[in-house]
Amino acid sequence: MSGHMNLTLKVWRQKDAKSKGKLETYEAKDISPDMSFLEMIDVVNEGLIKKGVEPIAFDHDCREGICGMCSMYINGHAHGPKKGITTCQLHMRSFKDGETITIEPWRAKAFPVIKDLVVDRSAFDRIIQAGGYVSVNTGVTIDANAIAIPKENADAAMDAATCIGCGACVAACKNASATLFLSAKVSQLALLPQGHPERAARVEAMIDQMEAEGFGNCTNTEACSAECPKEIGQEHIARMNREFFAAKLGSNNTK
Amino acid sequence: MILDSKIPDGPLADKWTKYKFNLKLVNPANKRKYNIIVVGTGLAGSSAAASLAELGYNVQAFCFQDSPRRAHSIAAQGGINAAKNYPNDGDSVYRLFYDTVKGGDYRAREANVHRLAEVSVNIIDQCVAQGVPFAREYGGLLDNRSFGGSQVSRTFYARGQTGQQLLLGAYSALSRQIHTGKVKMHTREEMLDLVMIDGQAKGIVTRNLETGKIETHAAHAVLLCTGGYGNVFFLSTNAQGSNVTAAWRAHKHGALFANPCFTQIHPTCIPVSGDHQSKLTLMSESLRNDGRVWVPKAKGDNRQASAIPEDERDYFLERKYPSFGNLVPRDVASRNAKEQCDAGKGVGTSGLAVYLDFADAISRLGEDTVRARYGNLFDMYAQITGENPYKEPMRIYPAVHYTMGGLWVDYNLMTTIPGLYALGEANFSDHGANRLGASALMQGLADGYFVIPNTVGDYLATIGPKPVDAKHPAFAEAKAKVEEQTKKLLAIKGTKTVAEYHRELGHIMWEYCGMARNEAGLKKAQGLIQALRADFWKNVNVTGTNEELNQQLERAGRVADFLELGELMVVDALNRTESCGGHFREESQTEEGEALRNDNDFCYVAAWEYKGDNQPEVLHKEVLKFESVKLTQRSYK
Amino acid sequence: MSWFTQTIFSTSVGRKVIMALTGLFLCTFLAVHLAGNFQLLHNDGGQAFNLYTKFMTSNPLIKTISYVNFAFILGHVIWGAYLTIQNKKARPTGYAYNDPGKTSSFSSRWMGVLGTMILIFLLIHLKDFKMAYMGLTEELPMVTYTLENGDSVTVKDMYYEVTEEFESPIVVVIYTLSMIALGFHLYHGFQSAFQSLGLRHPKYTPLIKAVGFVFWGLIPLGFAAIPLIFFFCQNH
Repeated sequence: MSGHMNLTLKVWRQKDAKSKGKLETYEAKDISPDMSFLEMIDVVNEGLIKKGVEPIAFDHDCREGICGMCSMYINGHAHGPKKGITTCQLHMRSFKDGETITIEPWRAKAFPVIKDLVVDRSAFDRIIQAGGYVSVNTGVTIDANAIAIPKENADAAMDAATCIGCGACVAACKNASATLFLSAKVSQLALLPQGHPERAARVEAMIDQMEAEGFGNCTNTEACSAECPKEIGQEHIARMNREFFAAKLGSNNTK
Repeated sequence: MILDSKIPDGPLADKWTKYKFNLKLVNPANKRKYNIIVVGTGLAGSSAAASLAELGYNVQAFCFQDSPRRAHSIAAQGGINAAKNYPNDGDSVYRLFYDTVKGGDYRAREANVHRLAEVSVNIIDQCVAQGVPFAREYGGLLDNRSFGGSQVSRTFYARGQTGQQLLLGAYSALSRQIHTGKVKMHTREEMLDLVMIDGQAKGIVTRNLETGKIETHAAHAVLLCTGGYGNVFFLSTNAQGSNVTAAWRAHKHGALFANPCFTQIHPTCIPVSGDHQSKLTLMSESLRNDGRVWVPKAKGDNRQASAIPEDERDYFLERKYPSFGNLVPRDVASRNAKEQCDAGKGVGTSGLAVYLDFADAISRLGEDTVRARYGNLFDMYAQITGENPYKEPMRIYPAVHYTMGGLWVDYNLMTTIPGLYALGEANFSDHGANRLGASALMQGLADGYFVIPNTVGDYLATIGPKPVDAKHPAFAEAKAKVEEQTKKLLAIKGTKTVAEYHRELGHIMWEYCGMARNEAGLKKAQGLIQALRADFWKNVNVTGTNEELNQQLERAGRVADFLELGELMVVDALNRTESCGGHFREESQTEEGEALRNDNDFCYVAAWEYKGDNQPEVLHKEVLKFESVKLTQRSYK
Repeated sequence: MSWFTQTIFSTSVGRKVIMALTGLFLCTFLAVHLAGNFQLLHNDGGQAFNLYTKFMTSNPLIKTISYVNFAFILGHVIWGAYLTIQNKKARPTGYAYNDPGKTSSFSSRWMGVLGTMILIFLLIHLKDFKMAYMGLTEELPMVTYTLENGDSVTVKDMYYEVTEEFESPIVVVIYTLSMIALGFHLYHGFQSAFQSLGLRHPKYTPLIKAVGFVFWGLIPLGFAAIPLIFFFCQNH
C-alpha cells in the first residue's frame, strides 16, 4: 500500500465536563492508508505535543474491536461509516486524500462528556447491576452438562451476548435510547434456562434503571442495529418487549 | 530470604483437598469486618471480587478503564481448557496437569498446576450456571475443540470470543455484588502505590483518572489482579493500557518478581505495517491446521507470492519438522519464522513476515469450507491489511502475547509481602516457561473463583478483624510519594514524547530480549535501557496538569515502570543461560538448533528482590521438585 | 401509582405499548372510514353516502366507538408528544455532523413531524365535515330519499358538502399531501407497532410487512383518490 494522504480533521475539544466545547480543525499530514483510525489520531497527537498543544483525549484500549472502549462519532456515524466494526478497526484506506473528517464524542444526556472525545458510560454498568446477571454464588456443583440447551437457543444467546457495551447504539439512535444494549442482555438470559428463575424481575429492574439514567425511548428506527459493531439484531428488542409484558402481566409484583 | 512455597505434603492428588481442610477459617459473622482491595477486574480480579463479596467480605475493586468489563481478558479468542472428558477421549485431571507441566517446559510447580487442573472442571460448571453461552452440539450438550500441546479435545469455547464471554460472566457476578453493596467499584482509578504498615500490605494509593485526585484506601489484604507486562515490548497483542505499574510498585516494596524473562511470542499475528503501528493483532493459531507456512528460497526475492513457482518456495516448517510440520508448538514456529526473516527471506515491504498459504486448502476443501472454518479470521485479516487472503497468501509474524513471569507467590497466591496477593497473569505460578493455548483463562478464573476465596481467609484469621487505621502515617507518606512522582514527571517538560520512549524501549526489548537472546545482546540491551531510562527522567515531555484527565501522564507513569522492568527482564535472561519454553538462549541449543534445557543448573524459579533505585536486584531461587513427572527433552521432528 | 399506570407512564416499553395499541386501533378506523368514503363513488347523487352518514351518526354502538376513537386519537397524540419531548431531552447536545440517512428510514426519523401534519389535517377535516354536519359552522341542506321498502327519510346532505369542499384546489392539495404524510407515517408506524408489542417472528413478520403495505400504500391512496376524483370529474 502506498500513496500517503493528507486530511483535515474537525475534532470536538472540551476541557472538562463543565466547560463548553467546540470543533477545532487540525491537519493530519502524510497518513498511511494502512493505519487504523486511532493510529492516525496517535500521529496527530504526537504532532500536537511537539507543537505544545494538548493532545486529543479519547478512550481506547484493546484496539482489536472487543473491549468496547473506543467511541468516536466519525462523519456522522458511530465508529465511522463502515458497518460492523469499531473505531479501532476502521482503517484509513476507507478515506480519500484531502477529505475532511468530523470527529465527535457520543452524544447523550446519559453519557456526559468528560473531556474531548471521552464520555462517561457508567450508566451501562448500572443497568447491568440492576439485574443483568444470574444470581448464583461461586461454588456451583451442578454439572455443566446437566441441562441440555438447544443449539439454536445457545447460538441466539451468543448472538446477543457478543455486545461489547460500547454505546454505539445510544450514539446512533436519534432518541439516544439504550434499548438495544439492554435487550441484548435480557435476550441472552431469557434464551438460556439458567436465566429463567429471575427473568421477570430482571427485565423490570433493568428497564427501570434505563429510565432513571435518562436514555430516550425506542422508536424502532433500527439505526442501533445498523451501527452496532457486533450487528446485534432487532429480534432481541422484540424478545425483551415480550419478556417485559410477561413480567408486567404475569408477575406478583404490584408496584 | 528463604522462599517458602508452602506446598503441602502428601500425594499430589490429595494436596489441595487436605490443604483446604487445614486452612484457618473466618467465621461468617466476622467476614463483614474485613476489607479487601482487588486491583484489576479481568478474569482473576472480577471473579475474586465477586466470590469474596459473596462470602461476606467487604471488597473495594479498582480498574483504570471506564468499566470493569473492559479488562483485556476480554480479547482472548480460542477457549478455556477443562478436564471434563466429555468427549470420552481419555482426558483426566492428571492428563491436563501433565500436559501443562510439559508444555511449560518443566519450569512450573507441580502442586499449583495440579490444583489448576482439579478446579478446571468447576470453572465450566460455574460459567454455565452464570449463563455463559458456550458452543453446543445439536443434542444440546457442550462442544469441545482441540488445541495445541495436547492430544485430547478439552477446550470449551464461545465462537472466537471465549475470553469475552467468560469475562462478562465474571463481570455479571461482580455487578451483582456491586448492586448489593458488598463491592464498592472504583472505575477510572489507577493504583500507583502500595501502603505498607509493619511489613504488611494494608492499602493502596490511587489516582482518579478523571480528576487527578490522589487517594488512599485501607484494607486487611490487597489482591493484585493486574495482568501481564507484554507492553514492555511496545508492540504486543496486549491492550494499550495494559501495564506493570501495580505489580512493579509492589515489587519495589519487597514483593519478589519471578521469571520476568519468560515471555510468550505467538506465531500467527498480523505483521507490522509501519512505524505508526500501535499494537499487533493475533489470529487464532488454529489457522496452522490448514495453512502452509513458506518463504521464497532466494534471499530478497520480492516477486508477488503467486509469481514464485512451487520449486522456489521453502516450506521450512514442513521441511525441518516432518512429523509435526506446520503444527509445531508456538515457540518453535515463532523462532523459525524469525530465523527465515533474519536470513533475508522475509516477505512483504518490511521483510518481517512469512507467508501462511491457504491455496492448497482451498483447492482441496473448496473456498466455502475454508470460509466456514476461518471466515472471521480471514475477515479480520482483510480488514487490517486490505488484502484478500482467499486470493493471496496471508503474511504473518510472531508477536508478544503473554508473560509467564510475574510476582512470586506461594501456594496461597500470597507474594513475599504478607497480605499482598497476586492472581492470574500477574503471578508466575502455573505456566512455567511456556503457556499452552486456552490455559490463561483457566488460570485467571481458577485463582479468582476457587483458590483465593479459600486461601485469603487463612491470613485474615491470623491478623484478626481489627480495622486498619486509615490515619496511620504510612498512608500520608505513600500518598506524598505518589504526588511527588507525578509532579516530577510533569515538571520535566523535555522534548521527547512518552510514546517515543516507549517505542524505543520496545525496540530494544524485541531486538535483544525477544524470540532469541544471547549474552552479548542482552548486555548491550542492559546498557541501552539504563541510558534510555536516565534520558527519560531528563527529557520526557508530559503535557497538561495532574488535576484533569491526562492520558499522557497516565502513560508516562507506566512507561517509567516498564523502563525499570525491562532491565530486570534482561538481567533474568542473562542469568538463565539455558533455553526453555519461550526463553531461547542462542548459546544453549541442540545440534539441530532446537532449544536445549539445562535441568541440572536451572530447574528453579528465579525470584528477584528489589534493592533500591539503580541497584542490582538480588536473585533468590525456589528449586522446583518434580515428584510425579519425569523431565524429558521436547522433540517435534 | 399502581403497577398498571407505572407501566404505561414510567417505562419506555410501556409508553410504546400505548402508542402501538392506539396506533393499530386507528389503523382499523382508517379501514372502516375508507369503506364509508367509497359510498361517495356510487354515482347515485350521494344517496348511499348520505344514508351511510346518517347511520354512522345515529347508531348508539357506532357512536360509542367513535368516542373511543376520539379518545384513542387524543391518547396517541399525547403519548406521542410526550415521547418526542423525552427523546429530545435524551440528547441535549446534537451532533455537528450527522448522517442518519444510511442507517434508518426517513419515516422512522420523522414520525413526530408526520404525526403533527396528520393532526393538523385532522383538525381541518373535522372542521370541514364533522362540525358542518353538527351544524356548528354552517347549516347543511336537507335531502329526502324514498327507500326500497317505500319509507322516506330526510337526512342532511353531506354529499353536497363534499362536492363543495373538493371544488377548491387548495383543499384538494392539502388533502392529498396529508395522505402522503399518512402513508409515510404508517410505513414506519404499522410494522413498528408489532415490534413494540414484541411480535416478531421469522415466519410471520413477512405477513405483517405485506399487510403493512395495505395500510401505508393502498389506504392513503384510496383516501387521496376521492378528493382528486371529485375535483377532476366535477370540473370536466
